[in-house]
Amino acid sequence: MRVSHILTVAIAGALVVACGKKPEPEVSATPAVDSAAMMRARQDSIDAANRRRAEEEARQRAEQERLAREAAERMAALRSDLEAKIHFDYDQAKVQQGDQQILDRKAAILQANSSVTLRIEGNADARGSDEYNLALGNRRALAAKQYLVNKGIDGSRLETLSNGEEKPIAQGTDEGAYAQNRRDDFVITAGADNLVAPQ
Amino acid sequence: MTRLLATLTLCVVVAAPLAAQDTTQGEKGVRVGIDVNRGVRPGVIVLPVASGLDSVRAIVQRDLDYSDRFEMIGATDIASGTPTGGRATEGELQSGINYGLYRSFGASYGVQIVSAPGGVTVRLHDIRAGKVRNQQNFVLASGEGEAFRMSVHQVGDEVTRWISGTPGIAATQVLFVGGDKRIYRIDSDGWGATPITPAGEPAFSPAWSPDGRRFAYTRLDRGEIIVRDLGGGGAVTVPGTESGVNYTAAFSPDGRHVAFAHSDEQGTNIVSADVAARCCVQRLTVGRFADNLSPTYSPDGRRIAFVSTRAGPPQVYFMDADGADQQLLVPFDYGTTGASYSPEWAPDGTSVAFHRDVGGTFQVLVMDVASRRVRQVTSSGRNEDPTWAPDGRHLAFISDRTGRRQLWVLDLETGRVRQLGTSSVARIPSWSRRLGGAVSNP
Repeated sequence: MRVSHILTVAIAGALVVACGKKPEPEVSATPAVDSAAMMRARQDSIDAANRRRAEEEARQRAEQERLAREAAERMAALRSDLEAKIHFDYDQAKVQQGDQQILDRKAAILQANSSVTLRIEGNADARGSDEYNLALGNRRALAAKQYLVNKGIDGSRLETLSNGEEKPIAQGTDEGAYAQNRRDDFVITAGADNLVAPQ
Repeated sequence: MTRLLATLTLCVVVAAPLAAQDTTQGEKGVRVGIDVNRGVRPGVIVLPVASGLDSVRAIVQRDLDYSDRFEMIGATDIASGTPTGGRATEGELQSGINYGLYRSFGASYGVQIVSAPGGVTVRLHDIRAGKVRNQQNFVLASGEGEAFRMSVHQVGDEVTRWISGTPGIAATQVLFVGGDKRIYRIDSDGWGATPITPAGEPAFSPAWSPDGRRFAYTRLDRGEIIVRDLGGGGAVTVPGTESGVNYTAAFSPDGRHVAFAHSDEQGTNIVSADVAARCCVQRLTVGRFADNLSPTYSPDGRRIAFVSTRAGPPQVYFMDADGADQQLLVPFDYGTTGASYSPEWAPDGTSVAFHRDVGGTFQVLVMDVASRRVRQVTSSGRNEDPTWAPDGRHLAFISDRTGRRQLWVLDLETGRVRQLGTSSVARIPSWSRRLGGAVSNP
C-alpha cells in the first residue's frame, strides 16, 4: 500500500516535470494521479497553516502570559506600595520626613483606585508603658491617616486601629528590634482586585 | 518541764532582709528609698499544732509573716534531730502554754490553733501578760483547694487584726496578664495561678470590682471591655466599648461605674459607663490633641486620677468623677521629669502609686496626696504598673529584676520585697479588696 502510494507520487512528479508547458490538460487527463498529488499538497499546506496557527497561538498565549505576569507584578508592586510600613521615633507619633514619600505613593494609588480602602494599624515597641502604648499606637495610626487626608483621600476610606506593643514583628530587646516595631501597618480591606497604576 | 525545755528549742525564722532595697540616685526633688521602721514589730510565734492541722498552721504562719507587721518566731525540735514541723508534744498540749519560754525568745504573742467541729478554734496568747487575749471559732472549707485556703487566710487576717488592729491581706487575690495573654488569678501568697479568661482571646488591663465578685478586662481582638462574673455568671460588654479600642478599665468604689480609655479617631479619652444599668456612656475628657487614659477612682468615688499628654509627655492629672475641674496631680518639671504612667489611688486615699521613666527605665513612685511629695520606692531593674493591697502599705508590681517580667510585692513600711508566684511572664496586675466576706476594718 505504502509502496504503491510512493510510486504514484513518483509517477505524478515525473509527469509534472515531463509535461513542461502544458501540464494542465495532462493533469486533467490523468485525474486519479493528479488528485492524489493535489490532496497531498493541500494537506501539506493545511499542516503548515495549522503549524503557523499553533505557533501564533502559542506566541499570543506567551504574550498574554507575559502581559498577565507583568500586570500581576505591577499589581503586586502597587499592593506592596499600599502596604509599605512607616516608622516612628521613640514615644513619637509624627510622620518622619523620610516616610513622607511612602505615604505620598499610597495617596497617589488611592487616588487612582477609588474603591480601595485601608486599615492603618499603629504599633509600639515594648520599651514604653504597656497600656500607654495602645494610646501611642492609636496616635501613630491617626498621624498617617491625617497625612493621607491632607493629600485629598476621603477619610472614610481609612480605618484606624491600635495594636499597642502586642504585635511586634521583631522579637529582640535591642534598639534595632524596637525601631522595627515602632510602626504603622497598612492593611488593604477592600477594592484592590484590579489596581490601576497612577498616571 | 525541764524535759520540755531540753527538747524544744526556738529560733528566729530568717525572714527576708528588712533593708530598704533602694539606694541609687533618683531624679532631682524625688526622695529615693523607704523609711525603714525597725524594732517596733512584735514577736509572734504560731504554736505547735496537733496532727492534721499542719497545713492550717503553715498557711496562718505565712499569712502573718507576709503582713510584714510581726517578727515571726519559729519552733524546731532539736532533740529528735528532725524538725517537728511545729507539732506539739503531748506534754505541751496538756500543760498549756509555756509563756516563760516563749517570752525568753522575744515572743509577744502566741497563736494557738486547735481542732473544733467544722474548723478550728484559734487563741491569741499575750505572752507577756501570760493570758489569752482573743479566742474565736472559725469554720474552714473542706478539701485543700482554693476555698479551703481562702478560709484559712481569713483566720490569718483576723489574727493580724487582733494583734495590730488592722486586718491582714492574706484573703486577697491578684489578677495579671500572663504570657499567653489570658488573665490569671493568683492568691496573695502565690498559690494557685489560674487562667480565668477563655483561651485564644487575647486579654489586657484586668481590674477587680470592689466586691471581688467580678472583674473587667479588655478583649484585645475586639477592643471591647468585658465585665466577667467570677462565680460563673457570664460576661457582658461594657456600653461604649463596642467601637474603637478600650482599655485601662477601673471600677468606681460603689461598683456601679466603669471608667476606661477609649481610643478612636478623636484620639484617646476617658469615658465612664454605668455597668449596673448598662447605660449612660459619658465622655469625661476632650483631647483632640492629647491622650487621656488610665483612670483610677479615689476611694470616696468623687475624683478620678488619670494620665494625660496635654502638656507633652504623659503625666498624672485628676478631675471630678464627672470630668469637671481637671488639674495636675503629680508635680513635674517640664523637660526633666520622666513620663509618668499607670496611677492607682491607695485604698485609704492618702497616696497615689504610679510608675515613671527614670533614667531610661521605669520605677515605681508613690505620691502623698496631701503634701504632693513624691518618693521612688524601687530601683532594681524595670518596675511598673503598681497596684495597692487593701492594707495600703503593700504594692504589687511588675519587675524584670530576674530577667523576665514577673509579679513582685513590696512592703512600703519595711522595704521587704517578695516575688509573687512563678509565672514565666506577668503584666498589668490588679490587687483585689478583701475577698469572701473577709474581716472588716474596725
